[in-house]
Amino acid sequence: MPVPLSHFLVVAALLLVIGVFGIFMNRKNIIVIMMSIELVLLAANINFVAFSGALHDMVGQVFTMFVLTVAAAESAIGLAILVIYFRNRGSIEVEDVTTMRG
Amino acid sequence: MTSLLPVLPALLLGVGGMALLLIGVLAKRECATFSTAGSIVLLLAAAWASCSAPDALLFGGLLKTTLFTRFADGIVYVSAAAALVLAFDYNSKEGIARFEYPILVLFAVLGMVVMISANDLMTLYVGFELQSLALYIAAALARDSLRSTEAGLKYFVLGALASGLLVYGISLVYGFTGTTNFTALAALLTGTAGAGTVIGLVFVLVGLAFKISAAPFHMWTPDVYEGAPTSVTALFGTAPKAAAMALFLSVMTGPFGHLLPQWQAIIEILAVISMALGGLAAISQTNIKRLMAYSSIGHMGYALMGLAAGTEAGIQATLVYIAIYVVMSFGAFACIIAMRRQGQAVEKISDLAGLAGQRPGFAFALAVFMWAMAGIPPLSGFFGKLYVFAAAFNAGLTTLAIIGIVTSVINAFYYLRVIKVMYFDAGAPNFDPSAKGVNFIMALGAAVTALFVFLPAPLLSAADAAAKALMG
Repeated sequence: MPVPLSHFLVVAALLLVIGVFGIFMNRKNIIVIMMSIELVLLAANINFVAFSGALHDMVGQVFTMFVLTVAAAESAIGLAILVIYFRNRGSIEVEDVTTMRG
Repeated sequence: MTSLLPVLPALLLGVGGMALLLIGVLAKRECATFSTAGSIVLLLAAAWASCSAPDALLFGGLLKTTLFTRFADGIVYVSAAAALVLAFDYNSKEGIARFEYPILVLFAVLGMVVMISANDLMTLYVGFELQSLALYIAAALARDSLRSTEAGLKYFVLGALASGLLVYGISLVYGFTGTTNFTALAALLTGTAGAGTVIGLVFVLVGLAFKISAAPFHMWTPDVYEGAPTSVTALFGTAPKAAAMALFLSVMTGPFGHLLPQWQAIIEILAVISMALGGLAAISQTNIKRLMAYSSIGHMGYALMGLAAGTEAGIQATLVYIAIYVVMSFGAFACIIAMRRQGQAVEKISDLAGLAGQRPGFAFALAVFMWAMAGIPPLSGFFGKLYVFAAAFNAGLTTLAIIGIVTSVINAFYYLRVIKVMYFDAGAPNFDPSAKGVNFIMALGAAVTALFVFLPAPLLSAADAAAKALMG
């Protein structure tokens, strides 16, 4: 029995919500924030692939390839920035990122 | 065989940037000077090439170059080149003169050019990310400074979230319409769109609003402006803002143009919150870079007002506003970069006290920028505001225009406070003499801002033609 499209969309929406909450509710560690960002991008990917299958259209899968590539580049840059931040601050606790108050 | 002439500027930037990167890596000595000069030459060459580039639809409809994209590209090239001139002296004095910075700017500009010319959500996303990734690194350029790395980290986390939301929105738009091409979307989305498409559109809007730092998606702006090295802040305040606003215009009027009744209210709300927050939050600031951050949030609110009107006159007004804003902005940042005392950069507003007595030219230039940003006639900023207000009035958005006028009066307070500190407060010690390039940008910006009133026709007609190309 094929899985209906709506199931995929619900999973993707849940991942998106978990990702966004992970960024704003998380008070522990910046690595967790990076994982949450990945979840948001993966939610979009699941949407693309599910829609691509449902529409019998390849554009969604091509788009997924671009998103995956960008996600890899993004986490590389994020980790690099995190490393130089750690060298200066000596900590990656979210609560310590408060030199400037917004 | 399609001609690649329309994308020649982008090719120049991409290939030239990679060549400079190779030279920088292989060279025995640090070659920041060479790479800065090379990047400025490439940017000016790209600007020149884009003047004569023809209109075209390229790569199977992925990219589209029109008069509108050339207009926006031109603003981006010129402001990025100005930012590099400003950065050169500042970076070497701060000990962060690395050859990578101008190359990062080149790649960021390449990303901006791709996203401005995008005719497909896929090209939009790739260009958007190329720009963002280069700028995250630029924000953390001073890698031994806690403030700069913290700015980079904050910009990265919030920027990555925004692009995640953007791509989620794109996935919904794709799923509920079956295409990512702008032309096909515009043909499909006539009348009222379904809920799925509208939710997708809202996510896309959030991602874009983040990039132009429209409130309530502005949280990163003050911290990143304050923490990033001033040379990088000068870049953030100009080229990416202009590019993101141009992208905003082309996305909203292109694929989603017929959905105007459905997104107009959102843009109006963004504009009102940005204008109000830009004014009210700036009043209590003591750091001039934070002040500029809130000022830019406010300015983006005014620029959005033209888009909210949704008419050709509104688009023209936004384009004029952005062009004028970019000139005022890099002029003001030239002044901030020139604020050095005994070899140290200072950035408190109170450090400007008594400047009029010591450096009358500097004080006058900064006063011109502040007056223009406050929108006082006959300076250029006044005309920018005049056009967006007129466009909003004519489109029937009377309340929005009135809110705009009221907030611009409130905003004038903190701009005038800077002038008061310079002209009427007791003197602080003298500033160090500033570099020729910084003085040149300062003088050029002040001249354009002050004398715009005598020669507004070229900008107005170019913006008009660009708006026609976008809407036509």
